[in-house]
Amino acid sequence: MAGSGTAHLRDPADTLLRVENLVVEFSAGRNRKVHAVSDVSFDVMEGETLGLVGESGCGKSTTGRAVMQLPHPTSGKVEFEGVDLASLSGEELRRTRTRLQMIFQDPISSLNPRRRVRDLVAEGLNIWNIGDDASRDAKVREVLDAVGIDPDAAGPRRPHEFSGGQCQRISIARAVVTDPRLIICDEPVSALDVSVQAQIINLLEDMKARYGLTMIFIAHDLAVVKNISDRVAVMYLGKLCEVGNPEEIYAAPAHPYTAALLSAIPVPDPLVRPREIPGVGGEIPSPLAPPSGCRFRTRCPRATEVCAEQEPIMREVQPNHFVACHFPIAPA
Amino acid sequence: MSLLRRRRSTEFIPAADRYPVEPLAGALLEVTDIRTHFETSRGLVRAVDGVSFSLERGKTLGIVGESGSGKSVLSRSVMGLLPKNGVVRSGSIRFEGRDTSQLAPDDQRKLWGTQMSMVFQDPMTSLNPVMKIGNQITEPLLYHLDISKSFARETAVSLLSSVGIPEPERRMKQYPHEMSGGMRQRVMIAIAIACGPKLLFADEPTTALDVTVQAQILDLLQAQQRERFMAMILVTHDLGVVAGRTDEIAVMYAGKIVEKAPTRTLFSQMRMPYTEALMHSIPKLSNPSHTRLNVIPGRPPDLVSPPKGCNFSPRCPYVQDKCRKEEPPLVRAEAAGHEYACWFPAGTPQGRAALERNVVAGAMSGVTAETVRVGTTPIGGGIKSGTTTTAPSTEGST
Repeated sequence: MAGSGTAHLRDPADTLLRVENLVVEFSAGRNRKVHAVSDVSFDVMEGETLGLVGESGCGKSTTGRAVMQLPHPTSGKVEFEGVDLASLSGEELRRTRTRLQMIFQDPISSLNPRRRVRDLVAEGLNIWNIGDDASRDAKVREVLDAVGIDPDAAGPRRPHEFSGGQCQRISIARAVVTDPRLIICDEPVSALDVSVQAQIINLLEDMKARYGLTMIFIAHDLAVVKNISDRVAVMYLGKLCEVGNPEEIYAAPAHPYTAALLSAIPVPDPLVRPREIPGVGGEIPSPLAPPSGCRFRTRCPRATEVCAEQEPIMREVQPNHFVACHFPIAPA
Repeated sequence: MSLLRRRRSTEFIPAADRYPVEPLAGALLEVTDIRTHFETSRGLVRAVDGVSFSLERGKTLGIVGESGSGKSVLSRSVMGLLPKNGVVRSGSIRFEGRDTSQLAPDDQRKLWGTQMSMVFQDPMTSLNPVMKIGNQITEPLLYHLDISKSFARETAVSLLSSVGIPEPERRMKQYPHEMSGGMRQRVMIAIAIACGPKLLFADEPTTALDVTVQAQILDLLQAQQRERFMAMILVTHDLGVVAGRTDEIAVMYAGKIVEKAPTRTLFSQMRMPYTEALMHSIPKLSNPSHTRLNVIPGRPPDLVSPPKGCNFSPRCPYVQDKCRKEEPPLVRAEAAGHEYACWFPAGTPQGRAALERNVVAGAMSGVTAETVRVGTTPIGGGIKSGTTTTAPSTEGST
């Protein structure tokens, strides 16, 4: 798996965000490099939710951060509203970032413990001097109300007085307060219980409808990603494996890695025995020295010599369903 | 290798004089009405409040609940891992017929590892970061079993390979930070089973891990359990994890067991509205995208001052006046071994009637049927004030 190519990209005129050939590498000393993201391309249309799934260490969070230019990608293009973010100066980038927001995994540590909730949420408005005091206060109240937090009771409190789910609500309020167009959610529900997870996912859907948001939703839970996404991209070791609409990918995964991920999900039904699908064994190889050719070949049940020599390129197997694999699974 | 296995299996039976064992009749573990309360400045936190269960040899019990339901405190209470100060404990814990709740620290220590042991949630913080893996595995072996250092080493290597760690010889010399999360959890399991315990606690063993690794670790625990005929208590918040891998499940809420049943019975005939709500809140792969998830409104009660009557009543779609006044006892259901604590259980005529009454009452007070129907309560529920929930909220989500 794990191939390059841009066959899955759509007409640039329709997309809000277009990422082409994104590469992020970190120096690991002694001339070694961590190949965190290698030649990844994707696009997001206005109002769409793109789900980015993969195991820990596959580079999905790094991809999200690279879109925000935190840090700047090693190479590749990130076009937001038709402008390449890498070409912007510091000040221009800062201005653009008001329309790009991020929600992080750990809701408690991403809120400053010493500040009050209303100040945390109002900070973006204060920095940009948007409106006067009264209108800022009204906006903060509005977003807090929208995420289900009582502005009067919660405003003067500090983060430690809230549960994880409530802190995540506050983070969401903070992200939408500057009226962003694109929100990158980096594992926003991974640290939460199932019951709270359901509340936050429903809330994100509501916020998307209410504020007309476009979202990139990063997670390792395929069921959660399917629920929230219009389009799903599966990542493995810094590369994309499969892109398409969730119904299609989940019903008939073409990439062996996607199939393995799907079979690993625990099903809450005692009559369903855990499925035995070969190729889920082992662990993700080190991104310091990724395998040649297809990066998934070391764990792939279908791997042959070709996979070690040639990197698979993204191609369309079904309408709007793309896969980077030499031997994709044919739909049954 | 086969020679080593055989030697190990005989070595591993602890000497009888070390721990006098009563005849093998009866349950391995019998817990009766245990309570663990913590003294805090806010008052007494009733983390575990009257829990009873028993576990047969070689069986697996799943304990399921949200954060703060007392499931981890329960397993630590049974293990005897709680601090002495500020903890009020009562009830009896009988392990192989012997009461272990009043043991002196030295006797307790002899129990850990050889009789019962635990795999913790976070493998990074539960391994010693400045000690080599090999030494961490041989430590309990040398402490509990009368064996030589070199034999302990050999045993450790075979343990590592039995938990699926490649190149065990090399791994023995590594430190925890050189391993991935899944590998560290395998090491934790190797340490926990090193001295051949009869009971293994797995406290959220896969919560910190990826799905693919989660499946591997759960398979490993199951395989080790069968091979060694261990009993296991699997603590988790994910009903999916316990579904295919336990004999019995106990659902905990606010420090109490609210439903307990053999796994298949529980999934086919859920009685407690909380179990049902927990089940419904899991996103399903079979549902189309953008399916509205069913949520449990509000959050678990404050264990310092739990609500009057049924603890779940403020969040329950079936709630009636009786639930707010009287606490339901744990009663037997039709199916064998199935118990639940509810006045208006789901899937029964009383439950359906209660739900209908709520829908009608809701419609009269301006609440839509939507808000009362099982689990479809809006997300604003109970969270708005930022304090303890008092009643299912009626306001819309946006």
